[in-house]
Amino acid sequence: MTIPHLLVHEHKDSVGVVVVENLKAGTEMLAVVTADNSSFSLASRADIPIGHKVALKDIAKGDTIWKYGQDIGKAVADIAKGAHVHVHNVKTKRW
Amino acid sequence: MASAPIVANFSLNRNKLKPVKGRWIEAPSFKAPMRRKRRADAAMDHFYGWRRENGRVGVRNHVVLLPLDDLSNAACEAVANNIKGTMALPHAYGRLQFGADLDLHFRTLIGTGSNPNVAAVIVIGIEDSWTKVVVEGIAKTGKPVVGFGIEGHGDIAVIAKASYVAKEFVQWATELQREKCDIAELWVSTKCGESDTTTGLSSCPTVGNMYDKLIPKGIYGVFGETSEITGAEHLCKARAANPEVGERWYKMWKAYQDDVIEAHKTSDLSDSQPTKGNIAGGLTTIEEKALGNLEKIGRECKYIDILEPAEAPARGPGLYFMDTSSAAAECVTLMAAGGYVVHTFPTGQGNVIGNPIIPVIKITGNPKTMRTMPEHIDVDVSGILRRDLTIPEAGDALIASILRTANGRLTAAEALGHREFVMTKLYRSA
Repeated sequence: MTIPHLLVHEHKDSVGVVVVENLKAGTEMLAVVTADNSSFSLASRADIPIGHKVALKDIAKGDTIWKYGQDIGKAVADIAKGAHVHVHNVKTKRW
Repeated sequence: MASAPIVANFSLNRNKLKPVKGRWIEAPSFKAPMRRKRRADAAMDHFYGWRRENGRVGVRNHVVLLPLDDLSNAACEAVANNIKGTMALPHAYGRLQFGADLDLHFRTLIGTGSNPNVAAVIVIGIEDSWTKVVVEGIAKTGKPVVGFGIEGHGDIAVIAKASYVAKEFVQWATELQREKCDIAELWVSTKCGESDTTTGLSSCPTVGNMYDKLIPKGIYGVFGETSEITGAEHLCKARAANPEVGERWYKMWKAYQDDVIEAHKTSDLSDSQPTKGNIAGGLTTIEEKALGNLEKIGRECKYIDILEPAEAPARGPGLYFMDTSSAAAECVTLMAAGGYVVHTFPTGQGNVIGNPIIPVIKITGNPKTMRTMPEHIDVDVSGILRRDLTIPEAGDALIASILRTANGRLTAAEALGHREFVMTKLYRSA
């Protein structure tokens, strides 16, 4: 199997995790869903460090972010498909 | 005039401390268990450890100089310097504590001395009476333990007297033999640190797979990190063995939220949870961090009881939850005091923690961490991210590493000298 660029926990998730170093903007990424080893492809919109997240679809400000099939917080800005998802555009709903 | 020692399970008449006769058992060479499938299976069900007086099995054989309080660190360190093969456990507290905080202090010290990885203990305190509490607590295990109070005698007399005893203890302990033990006699704790998104994808599920395989064999397991379950508390509550345990867990978690977080929070916890290291590694929210954290208890395991910090489990084999801080050294110190003998520690960004009395096995799936700081990692599961290693295969590799470590192989943290011993303090002293 080709080494994936992106791993996604569950089909319900709206974000995936970059698992290779030095990912560049415009890369056509191989994404694998670990729940069932299915795969799809997605273009990155930015240079994204290993371990950081990518939006799997367009996300509107206020939307819930899903990972592990669970609620991990909310978008505090609009996020385009393929863009970097992190503390600049997502926040916990807790504190 | 030297101080009168507080003695338990040991006579200062050296003739009473007889060397144990027995065959020297060599730990298997580390290639051997991996060589053939059949031999690997055979080697996966036992290890060689030291059976202690109370029947528990240790995988290390430490002779410990245990200070009751901060004031006694210097004497303990002087004795450890005099007598090779002993180890002092300096710490910052033990004066003017009271109530639950003092109870926890005693429980941590007594638990540390009682841990089966410790063969014998010398306790040194500024005065006799609290020193005696710790000596008597450890003495319940039946292991040799002696205490000294400094007041009225001075450091030098105490160091001299304690050094003579330490020499006897270490010569006795170094002649104790390992024996073959069933894997069910292992007590394995877990806590992760410097987590990132790779821990939730790889190293934490590796620990979870290990528990799914070993808990049914009858080991004791424990996880904790009360604050870091926040965001996954609904899932954690549902993993209790029954609703009564789940309710007690939720009450404990809620009390932490109300009494600590709500009472002391500033704008939010975002400067601390997730940590700066977590954020650098790609974790964005406490919920995301908690969901990755909870991967450590696998798919099948249910926890059977809730432990106070440093409390020993009392409901038989199985998985327990211990109410701990999420700070690595505090948490591992509490789990070691609870009696666990091997610790499994998933890390993403590369936490370097160790513990003085229990080996800490580091597992990472982050290829960058493997590339930049491999000397800290015992089990490399980065193949999971490349999809050339499955979680069950990674779980088997971790079990093999646990057994090799139990048999005597030093972990990376032990070889690098990491001995973080950190007492948990609940509130200001009087």
